[in-house]
Amino acid sequence: MSLFSKQNMEALKTPLGMNNPVTVQVLGICSALAVTAQLKPAIVMGLSVTIIVAMANVIISLLRNTIPNRIRIIVQLVVVAALVTIVSEILKAFAYDVSVELSVYIGLIITNCILMGRLEAFAMGNSPWPSFLDGIGNGLGYAKILVIVAFIRELFGSGCLFGIQVIPAWCYEHGYINNGLMLMPPAALIIVGCIIWYQRARHTELQEEQN
Amino acid sequence: MNTNKNSYIFIYASVMVIIVAFLLAFVSSALKPIQQKNVELDKKKQVLAALNIFEKDAEAAYNTYVKADQLLNADGTVAAENGGFAVENAAVSEAQLPLYVCEVEGETKYVLPLYGAGLWGPIWGYVALNADKETIYGVYFSHAGETPGLGAEITNRDKFQVPFIGKKALNAAGDVVISVVKNGKVQNAECEVDGISGGTITSNGVDAMLKNSISLYKAFLTQKCEKACAAEAECSENSECSEQCQTEVVNE
Repeated sequence: MSLFSKQNMEALKTPLGMNNPVTVQVLGICSALAVTAQLKPAIVMGLSVTIIVAMANVIISLLRNTIPNRIRIIVQLVVVAALVTIVSEILKAFAYDVSVELSVYIGLIITNCILMGRLEAFAMGNSPWPSFLDGIGNGLGYAKILVIVAFIRELFGSGCLFGIQVIPAWCYEHGYINNGLMLMPPAALIIVGCIIWYQRARHTELQEEQN
Repeated sequence: MNTNKNSYIFIYASVMVIIVAFLLAFVSSALKPIQQKNVELDKKKQVLAALNIFEKDAEAAYNTYVKADQLLNADGTVAAENGGFAVENAAVSEAQLPLYVCEVEGETKYVLPLYGAGLWGPIWGYVALNADKETIYGVYFSHAGETPGLGAEITNRDKFQVPFIGKKALNAAGDVVISVVKNGKVQNAECEVDGISGGTITSNGVDAMLKNSISLYKAFLTQKCEKACAAEAECSENSECSEQCQTEVVNE
């Protein structure tokens, strides 16, 4: 089996669209609300999650035949928690500024449902390489939604992108004001809802059959 | 192999925990010295940020500008000339009051540590006062986990921190008057700064932090005259200062 067979590419690609972890699997909503008020933390969070899902997927996939079924969730949790702690320690030692910037978010990755969801649904039943691709795909799918939400929230909430003012001053002089709701967590929920709505309306195969 | 046997599960779990524990302990202790250094350097950068100094080489800049990290007693007298740096902001109390005595462009500045509570966790910072011990020369705030775009905006230098410069921290009676008020509700521009809309609890936290932390130094900050006047022999020419001296003499 080649490394980039059709099946493997599917594991990488579908999470970006038709099987997006946030909009279709509805995983990781909590952090999608918390870190999307600005673009920068959203991107960093997306990348950190991508790296950690990929690594955790590979480790769990390597161990998958030895893990006792009854304590598999605990094993997954220990692996994820250990990985996150190590990454956080390494950042503190070699990229202190980044770790200060991320502060609690690194720790929050442990609680991200995408991790447990992918470990349980994919890595437990697939070999390491497809699991790695699945992790990268899901992480990027998650990052994609985060970036879209953060773009809308930062643009309309504070008139900036990446902290740089993009809405010109004359707009404000003519009575334009930033939308305070956009900075609040509910705005993220509404935007995610709209994205899901749009995706389901375009791809009718995602809709459940009505009884 | 039957992976569902109880004995297998126990052994598996124990081995896993031991391996992970050793791994984490090893990583933690191996990286500790480097992390410690980073934390110290970061603290120096924060003190310098309160002095509006942002030089690349923080270590050298700190040694240039910060003349002493004193420890004060609650009555404002100096307990130790050095050792203030080792006191964490969270551990500042009346028993140990660190004070950074700095010199910027020939003028003495005093940097005081701040510590308080935001919405989600602790907030801290430094405030630099001019030699008059009244007006603010610069501030620096940071936080552990305030909401990005809202409470976390207290770290935004241009929007939130720069407006503090030149404001009055204390009135003549030695009460802390600097306050953070609701955005757009500044009435007394001399000592009030706009809060962050949407970050009300964090803004209130900064307000409380400034009041609590600076008032710990009240004794030190109000004993201005003897020293200031003694230093400047021409004090009598400086009517404002001599007035203050007189009132203080009367008070005593």
